[in-house]
Amino acid sequence: MSQNIFVVIEHVRGQVAEISYVMLAAARQLAQNTGGEVAAVLLGHNAQDLGKDFAADRVLYIEHAALAEFTSDAYRVALAALIQDQTPRAVLFGHSSIGMDVSSGLSAKLGYPVVSSCRSFTEDGKYVSQICGGKIMVEGDIPSPTALITMLPGGYKAEQGKSSQAPSVTSVAAPALDGLRVTLKQYIEPEAGDVDIAKETMLVSVGRGIQNKDNIELAGELASALGGSVCASRPVVDQGWLPTTRLVGKSGKLVKPKIYLALGISGAPEHVEGMSESDVIIAVNTDPNAPIFNVAKYGTTVDMFDLLPALTDKVRQAR
Amino acid sequence: MKIVVPIKFVPDLVEELTIDPSGVALDTAWLRLIINEFDDHAVEQAILLKERGGGQVIVSTVEADGSDDFLFTAAAKGADQLIKMTGDFTGVNNHALARAYAELLKELKPDLVLTGVQAHNDLDGSVGPLLAEYLGMPYVGYVAGITLADGSVIARKEYPGGLIAEIDVKLPAVLGIQASEQPPRYVAYSKIRQVMGTAKIEERPNADLNLDGGVSISRMFQPEAAERAEMIDGDADAVAEKIVAIIKEAGVL
Repeated sequence: MSQNIFVVIEHVRGQVAEISYVMLAAARQLAQNTGGEVAAVLLGHNAQDLGKDFAADRVLYIEHAALAEFTSDAYRVALAALIQDQTPRAVLFGHSSIGMDVSSGLSAKLGYPVVSSCRSFTEDGKYVSQICGGKIMVEGDIPSPTALITMLPGGYKAEQGKSSQAPSVTSVAAPALDGLRVTLKQYIEPEAGDVDIAKETMLVSVGRGIQNKDNIELAGELASALGGSVCASRPVVDQGWLPTTRLVGKSGKLVKPKIYLALGISGAPEHVEGMSESDVIIAVNTDPNAPIFNVAKYGTTVDMFDLLPALTDKVRQAR
Repeated sequence: MKIVVPIKFVPDLVEELTIDPSGVALDTAWLRLIINEFDDHAVEQAILLKERGGGQVIVSTVEADGSDDFLFTAAAKGADQLIKMTGDFTGVNNHALARAYAELLKELKPDLVLTGVQAHNDLDGSVGPLLAEYLGMPYVGYVAGITLADGSVIARKEYPGGLIAEIDVKLPAVLGIQASEQPPRYVAYSKIRQVMGTAKIEERPNADLNLDGGVSISRMFQPEAAERAEMIDGDADAVAEKIVAIIKEAGVL
């Protein structure tokens, strides 16, 4: 057993995901507490150069053709062998499309607990997780001897996980990766041709509170009066009321407009991840406890259906 | 093709959540439980697959307020078999829930298991990948679209920024659904009532829950924002006036 902290690096098509750097920053804080090392665990094929800017004590690199791109089965087998062999104090995964595919299975397989949705660690080394759509925080000891942890962004800055000095790379032999049941066929690029909401300076964003498809038009009128665009949180896109090109958040776009007007959006972490860096966030939600008010600069609990026509009128007058 | 959808119930976030006197759990006295919305998408996806390629859809829940209504609704949508695991599942962790479902699934021998990719109160991993490991099946999550192939499925897995990975997954398998290809359908209450007369819920007692694998909690609290939003008071007109001023100040208007 060691006191080392492992970070499972996420990369897709040669691009290291930002959450990897956030996790390296978190791991550094944790390692100072345990007295261990930070090791970036990099799985790939001809990919060891990806680790050049990692703020880690070392990179543990597993090379295999079957690890060229993420697939859950190959990662699971390779990581199980590594974790079992080296028994680190904690292994950090993204609370993401990659990390969540493998961390729970590894927990069941290896018998190490997994802590979900961790946002930060306390100074004395406790996990702090964010659950119930951001409405509840949970704190506790990191399970011993080895804990698997899935990390949300927001608790640490990605820049703190970067270094100008490349860490040393230790190659670790890959286990046998045959009989894999999960294979990547191809990537499909997001549909183009619609407005690129990532480039807009003014966004009117609608959430579940918009209630139905017809009401999207009310937000659309306001957006066009303002010279901006309409975007949305996940439930609206899942209902088919707006195309996925308008989705803001974890599986959608990352936006940084000058004004982000959030209408009927609760502020679940998956959404906040995509818009928290907007210059000015104005939140409209009838629930005074909605977590969106914790990220917004301005807020109001007036009913959006009263507000929308009045606001659209006043914007038109102001032009 | 036999598809099973195991369901998790979660606190309704529309209600105010309160923490019980122990300080480490939600106060269940005031808690209203609803189906995990991702599981609702999993049910829809299962029905869509059945409509496209035939087969059998089995929906299973644990006993909870509203679980019967939920199961009858699923039957009205097209589910063929309804199973309720009875017993006290209050506050049960995901490892225990997944183990209980694994026992059931070993008997049912499905080709495909669809679960919601996550639930908002997951603290010890998510049910889908835990279940997959207990069953020795492969798992792929963040799925928003499935095509049946010969002995496998092609799952469309979402990555940030709208990128999709098409992934071949050998059956039997567990998939974690992010979104069904169509929004979960609405069924009229009259149709649900009709189903209530004919559909049967099979009860399956679950006496011994093994709670190993959970995560210990020393404190539960509501987040205090470092900087909470400055609240704008007044009626719609007054608020609109102020918002226009803010937008002007930002130089966007």
